[in-house]
Amino acid sequence: MITITNLNHSYGKIATAKNVSCNFETNKITVILGGSGSGKSTLLKQIVGLQKADSGSIEFNGQDVTRLSKRALYEMRKEMGMLFQGSALFNSFNIFDNIAFPLRQHRSLSEKVIKTLIKIKLEMVGLRGTELLMPSQLSGGMTKRVGLARAIIMDPKIVFYDEPTSGLDPISAGVINKLILDLNRKLGVTSVVVSHDIESALLIADKVIILFYGEIIATGTPEEIRESTDPKVIQFITGSPDGPIPFSVSDKKFIADLMEG
Amino acid sequence: MISNSITFLGRGGLSSVQVLGRSGVFLALSLYYAVRPPIRMTRIAEELEFIGTKSCLIIFVTALFTGMVLALQGYYTLSKFGSEALLGTAVALSIIRELGPVLCALMVAGRAGSAITAEIGIMKITDQLPALEMMGIDPIEYVISPKIIVSIIALPLLTAFFDIVAIFGGYIVGVLLLGINEGSYFGDMVKTLTLHDIYSGFIKALSFGLLIAWICTFIGYTAKPTTEGVSSATTNAVVLSSVSILMVDYVLTSILF
Repeated sequence: MITITNLNHSYGKIATAKNVSCNFETNKITVILGGSGSGKSTLLKQIVGLQKADSGSIEFNGQDVTRLSKRALYEMRKEMGMLFQGSALFNSFNIFDNIAFPLRQHRSLSEKVIKTLIKIKLEMVGLRGTELLMPSQLSGGMTKRVGLARAIIMDPKIVFYDEPTSGLDPISAGVINKLILDLNRKLGVTSVVVSHDIESALLIADKVIILFYGEIIATGTPEEIRESTDPKVIQFITGSPDGPIPFSVSDKKFIADLMEG
Repeated sequence: MISNSITFLGRGGLSSVQVLGRSGVFLALSLYYAVRPPIRMTRIAEELEFIGTKSCLIIFVTALFTGMVLALQGYYTLSKFGSEALLGTAVALSIIRELGPVLCALMVAGRAGSAITAEIGIMKITDQLPALEMMGIDPIEYVISPKIIVSIIALPLLTAFFDIVAIFGGYIVGVLLLGINEGSYFGDMVKTLTLHDIYSGFIKALSFGLLIAWICTFIGYTAKPTTEGVSSATTNAVVLSSVSILMVDYVLTSILF
């Protein structure tokens, strides 16, 4: 569904993508794993066209996202849903109006139909009955579920998840994982998940891509990733503080640095 | 050394020209969305309530006391020349030509302008603006454009309200407290004021409305998406719009009168 070829991007001297090439298959869950600062969120923003890459191409359903006009991009996004890290619900709207927002903007449906559609989506995420609450009255895990209901209200073909389980307690994270799996297995929604939560990733992914400072260091099924012998991959999965990925950000020797005064 | 400072100057110059250009494109785009259908009436009504209606109380208080002080000071000065009867004219002229539009704009910049910048900045931090884009809606069209158009509509109305209340404040002090003849307070005012005075005050109010909305939305929209970014953007927006109101006021006064 999405093919990325030779993508390059950097913020000043810090590269977030170095010749990244990969693809995301239809009806599959692909998880992009990486530590903070590995460039995974930037990559996600570039796939949906929220941010421009320096060079390279990103093809979505045969169209190059990097070359689309603003109007074509907005048209394309009607087939996409996105769950933001902080849910990005509108503070001034209640839950019902938040989820109804895309429908009211793009479809001319009667309020009765909108009400029914919202009940269906809220039932899917298990939050029926919260329609009249404000986002500030819900817990972090619940706002994520509302964000997900809003992301899928237009029945998108593909849903992007930016750190869906970060900052959640294990049970809420489990709920989100179940919802991602349900959407994919039952409705065939293609899913792209950006995460640093290894356990969740290996549980839900059909394919895992590990990103390290803008470079892809491993691609494969969860089994292949678990059995990998690449020391960088092993360090990432076991979470050891030092290894091929150094603990210290400075490449200068500590003693030499001290002696310099 | 010299080449370094020239580079530095050049870079500074270039980046300020860039910001100016970007803000120009930003304004043009917002104004284009404001006239292109669909016109978002609900959004305009919401903003009108916030920028217009909710500013009424503070404008009322400011205007009342401005008029009262003006009458007090004016009475003192005019009585030195034995021309207290001109108090109505003096109050009305200074309010309608100058103080009405400027003070009203400064109050709106402080109250609504800061809130506009903070709101847009917070929407940026919490990913609400990218979320709009992901739903296929241009944030400039949905969030920014109604704010700018409403500010242009609201400022002349608020200024008119300010003018009336301030003249009434002058009446309280001049006529009720200091005992000037009621007929001369209003009569001379009507005789001396020209339509030119009123519509130039109106043009000032329109320009200030545009200025406040443009500066506050642009600074909010380009704020760094961090807590410090938004707080400094809010401060900058209020300071910059207040200073530019006073500067533009001078330019407009010299052109209009």
